[in-house]
Amino acid sequence: MSSETKQILTTDGIPLEVSLKKAEKKNKIRAFLLVAPLLLFLFITYVFPIGEMFTRSVDDKMITNMLPKTFKAMEKWDGKELPSEEVFAGFYSDYKVLIENQTQGKLGQRLNKEKNGFNSITKKLMRQIKRNKIDESQSIKEQIMKVHKRWRDVEYWQAIKRTAPPYTMAKYLKGMDMYFAADGSIAQVDEDRRIHRILWLRTLEIALFVTIFCFLMGYPIAHLLATLPMKYSNLLMICVLLPFWTSLLVRTASWMILLQQQGVVNDFFVMIGLVADDNRPEMMYNKVGTYVAMTQILLPFMVLPLYSVMKTISPSLMRAGKSLGGTPFVAFWKVYFPLTIPGIGAGCLLVFILAIGYYITPALVGGASGTLISNQIAYHMKTTLDWSFASAMGLMLLSGVLVIYWIYNKLVGVDNIKLG
Amino acid sequence: MALPSYTETRYRIWHYFYIAICTFVFFFLIAPLFVIFPLSFNAEEFLVFSEGMKRLDPEAFSFRWYHEMVYGTKNPWGLAAKNSFIIAIFATIGSIILGTLAALGLSSRHMPYKGLIMAVLISPMIVPLIISGVAIFFFMAKVGLAATHTGIVMAHIILGTPFVVITVTATLSGFDHSVTRAASSLGSNPFNTFMKITLPLILPGVISGGLFAFVTSFDEVVVVLFLAGLENTTIPVQMWTGLREQLSPTILAVATCLIILSTLILVTAELLRRRSERLRGINR
Repeated sequence: MSSETKQILTTDGIPLEVSLKKAEKKNKIRAFLLVAPLLLFLFITYVFPIGEMFTRSVDDKMITNMLPKTFKAMEKWDGKELPSEEVFAGFYSDYKVLIENQTQGKLGQRLNKEKNGFNSITKKLMRQIKRNKIDESQSIKEQIMKVHKRWRDVEYWQAIKRTAPPYTMAKYLKGMDMYFAADGSIAQVDEDRRIHRILWLRTLEIALFVTIFCFLMGYPIAHLLATLPMKYSNLLMICVLLPFWTSLLVRTASWMILLQQQGVVNDFFVMIGLVADDNRPEMMYNKVGTYVAMTQILLPFMVLPLYSVMKTISPSLMRAGKSLGGTPFVAFWKVYFPLTIPGIGAGCLLVFILAIGYYITPALVGGASGTLISNQIAYHMKTTLDWSFASAMGLMLLSGVLVIYWIYNKLVGVDNIKLG
Repeated sequence: MALPSYTETRYRIWHYFYIAICTFVFFFLIAPLFVIFPLSFNAEEFLVFSEGMKRLDPEAFSFRWYHEMVYGTKNPWGLAAKNSFIIAIFATIGSIILGTLAALGLSSRHMPYKGLIMAVLISPMIVPLIISGVAIFFFMAKVGLAATHTGIVMAHIILGTPFVVITVTATLSGFDHSVTRAASSLGSNPFNTFMKITLPLILPGVISGGLFAFVTSFDEVVVVLFLAGLENTTIPVQMWTGLREQLSPTILAVATCLIILSTLILVTAELLRRRSERLRGINR
């Protein structure tokens, strides 16, 4: 604003600039109030619950709350030799409370996860306490140590001490097939039990290849749709949009019918003599099924952004390239292809983001070798009920997705997402 | 796409190869949907083409599974369809109201932190459904809305609003704000201006966003699997259980109905998109 305009006053004598600022502020508040209901709703029902998944995933308060006196006494213990009488006495009185509340079983199970062999010795101690075999006037340490030889093993007391902090990263380590070893360092799970790492790699691999397949199939047809005259391209566009609007389960069901051993695809292979009738390949319940079905389902998400970019490229550019002496291939590679890179970026990132979190299709056509990390999360939510582990894995997946989302936002901008 | 007569042979071959690839991809996209039609009329209980069907023997075809779908004993489809429609309709209304308001705010040039807020509002579309499902389940269980219609409707509003926000923002990007200023200067209050001027102009965007929200809710299964009890079952949940457990051709009859429904929605959405483009063309 120049210096002359500063002096302009409104009719009620307020400088224009002040008055304008006031109006701007009013507009700002009005705009924000329009967004506020949705923002508030999302924060309460969605963003905070996702944050809560984090507290759930690191939560380890159960034992901390169960053995308050033990851990109080353990503060002075150096953790190298057997703890003092005080710790034993604390543990004894904590454990007695647990028996009264009948929650001692949970303690045994949880400690057993930390170190094998706890379940039996806590049960043994419980029986002794219930029969009033422990004389509280005598040394509790001596009496507990007599219950079972493992109570004399310092490693078991170290294991109890490790459960003291109310928070733990153990679930995240478990998600990467690692764990806290006895001395508190991070160790790898035995090679034959590294199931999660295989799943992460497979998820990445399938998402990557589905993206590549979608690109290889989507690019030519997006090009065709963008260069054909309107009346043909509108008709062909239906081939892209109809699957896009059709229920995911319907499309998955149709692939289950097509790919089964007596299915249409196998029938066709037998008919053209590619495979023998009694030797039909298994195309479902493995990776092949996941690849084929996911590629078809996600293909529209590749075609639509590519199409919207290609539509803006003038055909005269290719003609200019050719008239300047380029062969059609050179003209395509040097002129057309670079112009489509924004569309390629948008399509590939979108397909990759969607593929990495896929659940329904792999669960139905993937079998054991075609399932992804999402299926593992669902398994822990529904079957093992280890919700904190499911939360930890979910957040690990989410952090990956958010990184890609951030890149997508930088490159494409969320407000440029094209729908149909 | 006729080739000019001077085209060299190798480019000619390449061109036909390209057409062949495109044909294959279009076939790959659309053909799976059509396999369901004939099989849903299968007279037998298997999900494969029987010998009779391959010979086009009329005996091999029947409406048996459609009959089963509607009148079958203790069949879940009636309840599921009712639930699906109720949930989808309420979720659509909720998404439209919240999403349109937010889009109006976001399109204002006075809106602070536009990019960040947009990223948050769109996030339910980007975050993997399984994670959304877990988070929403924890929330609904805490407030006692798990296994209720209300809980599922709220969950679907979360998942549906991004579509409304995107489509309405897109419509508003070509919106000429001088018409609302004209209305205000002619003495209209903001509410009347919105109802009489803005809304009719952005209506195509609102409806097409609403269609997306409807389809999202109608097709959503992951979150419902976490939230739903037996009384809240929906069509996708029934299809999911059906596909995992007892594969019966009834599913194909349902799938055929769903394909017809999605065709209708596609046609509506396309007509709306063209109308919206035409309207915005006039504005420019």
